[in-house]
Amino acid sequence: MPIDWIKPGAGGIEVAGGAAFVDPSLPRPLAIVTHGHADHARSGHGRVIATPETLAIMEARYGPTPGWAVAYGETVEIGDVRATLYPAGHVLGSAQVLLERGGERVIVTGDFKRARDPTCRPFVPVACDVLITEATFGLPVFRHPPAAGEVAKVIERLAEAPERSVLIGAYALGKAQRVICHLREAGYDRPVYLHGAMEKLCALYEAHGVALGELRPATGAAAKEMAGHVVVAPPSALRDRWTRRLPDPVLAMASGWLQVRQRVRQNNIDLPLVISDHADWAELTQTIREVAPSEVWVTHGSEAGLLRWCELNQIRARALHMVGRTDEGEA
Amino acid sequence: MIADFARLLDRLIITRSRNEKLSLIARYLREADPQDRGWALAALGGSLDLPQLTSSVVRKMAAERVDEELLRLSREFVGDTAETVALIWPVQEGRAAAPLTLRGVVTALKEARRGDAPALLACWLDQCTAEERFALLKLALGNFRIGISERLAKTAFAEAFGVSLADVEEYWHASAPPHDDLFAWATGAGPAPDVSAAVRFRPFMLSLPVEGAPPDLRDFATEWKWDGIRVQLARAKGEARLYSRGGEDISDAFPEFTGAIPPGTALDGELLVADEDAPYRTASFSELQKRLGRKAPPRSLLEGSPAFIRVYDLLEHEGGDLRPHSWTERRSILEAFVQRLPRERFDLSPLVPATDAVMLEAMRRQPPAPAIEGVMLKRRDSPYMAGRISGLWYKWKRDPYTADCVLMYAQRGSGKRSSFYSDYTFGCWTEAGELVPVGKAYSGFTDEELVRLDKFVRGNITGRYGPVLEVRKELVLEVAFDSIGASPRHKSGLAMRFPRISRIRWDKPAAEADTVAALHSLILQTR
Repeated sequence: MPIDWIKPGAGGIEVAGGAAFVDPSLPRPLAIVTHGHADHARSGHGRVIATPETLAIMEARYGPTPGWAVAYGETVEIGDVRATLYPAGHVLGSAQVLLERGGERVIVTGDFKRARDPTCRPFVPVACDVLITEATFGLPVFRHPPAAGEVAKVIERLAEAPERSVLIGAYALGKAQRVICHLREAGYDRPVYLHGAMEKLCALYEAHGVALGELRPATGAAAKEMAGHVVVAPPSALRDRWTRRLPDPVLAMASGWLQVRQRVRQNNIDLPLVISDHADWAELTQTIREVAPSEVWVTHGSEAGLLRWCELNQIRARALHMVGRTDEGEA
Repeated sequence: MIADFARLLDRLIITRSRNEKLSLIARYLREADPQDRGWALAALGGSLDLPQLTSSVVRKMAAERVDEELLRLSREFVGDTAETVALIWPVQEGRAAAPLTLRGVVTALKEARRGDAPALLACWLDQCTAEERFALLKLALGNFRIGISERLAKTAFAEAFGVSLADVEEYWHASAPPHDDLFAWATGAGPAPDVSAAVRFRPFMLSLPVEGAPPDLRDFATEWKWDGIRVQLARAKGEARLYSRGGEDISDAFPEFTGAIPPGTALDGELLVADEDAPYRTASFSELQKRLGRKAPPRSLLEGSPAFIRVYDLLEHEGGDLRPHSWTERRSILEAFVQRLPRERFDLSPLVPATDAVMLEAMRRQPPAPAIEGVMLKRRDSPYMAGRISGLWYKWKRDPYTADCVLMYAQRGSGKRSSFYSDYTFGCWTEAGELVPVGKAYSGFTDEELVRLDKFVRGNITGRYGPVLEVRKELVLEVAFDSIGASPRHKSGLAMRFPRISRIRWDKPAAEADTVAALHSLILQTR
C-alpha cells in the first residue's frame, strides 16, 4: 500500500498535507530539522522542531530561532502524525526522524554515519516500512578507514617536518571538532590553532561537554609559534591568502571523497585524511539490512549505486533527486 | 614487503615537490628490504619489464567478485581502473601468514605461464589492503604514470647512498633489474658494475651561461648552439641506442639510427629535423616536436620529418674511450669520422668563424639561421667531463624575442605558491579586435612582483571557470620567449617556446599590446 501522507519534493519532505516539512529549503511555518548543517537547517522558519543541540547550533549561526526542543526518544504530535527523534551519529545533535501514522512507520535518516564519533551520540537503527536515506557514498568503492589511523598520519607528518605546521581543512560544524577529538585520543596534547570561523562552534561543542583540549586563535599567532602544530580551518581557507601567516603548511583535508586519489590531486592536497561524517557503502547497506524496510527512498548522493544494490537484494527503491544537499567540504 | 612499496607509491602520487619526491624515494631505497628495493627502483625508473595484463582483463577479474553494474558505476566515478578495482575488491577475512614481498610478486609474474597471471593476481589481492592492491594492480598493468622519470629515479638513488649522479648514469644501463650490482657498488659492498660489454649511456658534459664578457677565444673553440634536443648515440656489440639528455633510451622513437654507426662508437650531438630548403638544412623546433614522444613513428612521419644528428663530440671510437683526450684531439678524430657516416643522418657541427669577442657578440645577437639559439664556447684543452664544470664549456644565448601581451586568465600555483595566482594565460589582439590566448607563463617575475600580480588578479575578476579566473583585460605583460612556431592545435595558430614574463607593463594601455598577426610574421621571419 503506497504511503501518501509523506511527499518528498524539491523544497523538502512534506508531512501530513503540509502541516510540517523535514529539512525544508524554504521558510515554512513548521520545520523538523535533522541537524545544523546549512543545507538542512535554513533560517526563517516559523517554528523549528529539533534536538536542543541543533537548536543551539542554529541560534549560534542565525540568531534567535523559535524552537520546539525535542530530546532523543521524545515524541511530538503534528496533526495525526507522531514524530520521534533518534540519534543519527552525523554531528552533535543530529537526528533521524521517525514518522508514524496509522501503523505506518517512515524513517528520515537525514545525514548519518555508523563509524565511531566521540563528539556525538551513535546512530540507532529503528525498524520502519519506508527508509528515506542519503547515499552520499553510495558506491562500493567507498570504505572509510578507522579515523584513528588517519589522525596518526597527522602526528607522523608533524614529526617528519617539525618546522612546518599541518593545516587541516575541515568543515566548521562537526568535522573540525571530531578531528580534534580524535587527535586528542591519539595523544596529541599540544595546543590546536583555529581559524576564526571555527571558534564559535568549538566553544559550543565544549559547552555541550565535548572536551577539545587547548585551543588558540591562529589569528595574531606568530608563524614560529605554529611550527610543529596542527591548525584547523574551513576547507575554503586552505588556498586563501590567510594561509600565508603559517609556516610552510602541509595542506591536509578531512573528507570521505579523498579516498579517491584523483580527488586528492585535483584539490592539491598534501595529506588526505579519509574521515567522513557520512555512511560509507558498508554502513549504508548494513543499515538497510538492519532496519529491514519494505521500501527505500534515496534523497541524494550516488543514488544509482544504492538503487542497484537494492535491486540485487530485492528491495523496492526509488530516487528522490533532492538537489542542494551535501557540499564537498562537509562530506 | 609490498606494503612499504605501496606506501611509497601513495606518497609519490600526491607529492608535487620534486625535492620531496627525491627524499621519499631515497629514504625508501635506504630503508627497504634489500630483496625488494632493486625491483622498486626498476619499477620507478622504468626498467622493469613484466608481462602485462590489460585493463580489460583486470575489469573482468573484478566482475567475478562484484556486480558488473556497480563496477561500471564505480569506474565511472573513480576514473581509473587500477584504483577502482583496488577499492572495490571484496575484503577477505584473515590475511595470509607470510606478507607479500615485491621480489616474490615480480618473480612469480615473470615466471607465470601466459594466462596464469590473473589467477595469481586475484589470490594476492585477496590478502592485501586497498593501498597494497593499488600498487599490485599498477605493477601488473605496467604503467605508473606518477611523474617519476628515469632521471629522477637515478638522482634519488645517488642521493640515497651519497654517490655521484654521473657514476649512476654511467652504470645504469650496464646493470639489469633488480640492480644488485648497482646497490653493492653504491653501498661499498662490491665493485663498480662492469660496463665494458654493455651498450650504455655516458653522462653528458654540460655548460654554464656566460656572465659578462666571454672568455678568451684563443683558449676556447666556438660552435653554434642548435635548437634541437641533446642526444647521445652509442653502440656496443648489438644495435645502437639513442639516449636523451636525461639518459633515457629513446631509440624506439628514432629507428633511423639503429645501425647507422659502427660498433664501439659513442657520439654526442644535437638531434634535429632536416629541411633541405632551410638555412643549414635545419627545420624549426616545431618539426622536431612532431617526432618527440612518438614511440612508434609511422612511415609518413619518418619521411616527412627526417631526423639527423649534428655531431659535436666523439666519446668512444673503435672501442676506445676518447673522453680523457682534449677537445682539440677529439675534434680532429671526429672530423675524419663524420666523413664516413651517411650524410642524411649525420653532419658535423660547424665552428663559428669569429676571430674576436666583438665579432662573436655580433654573431650571437644575429645568428644566421632561426634554428640557432646562440653560441657555445668549449675549452680547447679540456677532456670530456660529466656535468657542469666551471671554466670548461659555456653557452651564450641569443637575446630572447619579446611581445607585449594582455593578461587574460590566472590560476593558482602549487606548493608554496598555492595561495597565489601565479600561472598566467595571456593573449594578443586579432584583426577583429578580440583577444586570443597565445601562451601561458609561470615564471620570470620576482616575489614582490608576484604579490602585486596576485593582488591585481584578485581585484579584477570577471569570471570563474573551475579553478581558472578570468580577469579584466587591462594588464600588459612583456613576455620573453626563445622561439615561436606555427601550431594548428592552438586557436591563435602559434606556440611560443619557453615563454616567461620579462616585465610587467603597469604603464601600458592594453589596446597597445601586440597583435596575433605580428607574431605570425615573426614566425615567417624566423622560419
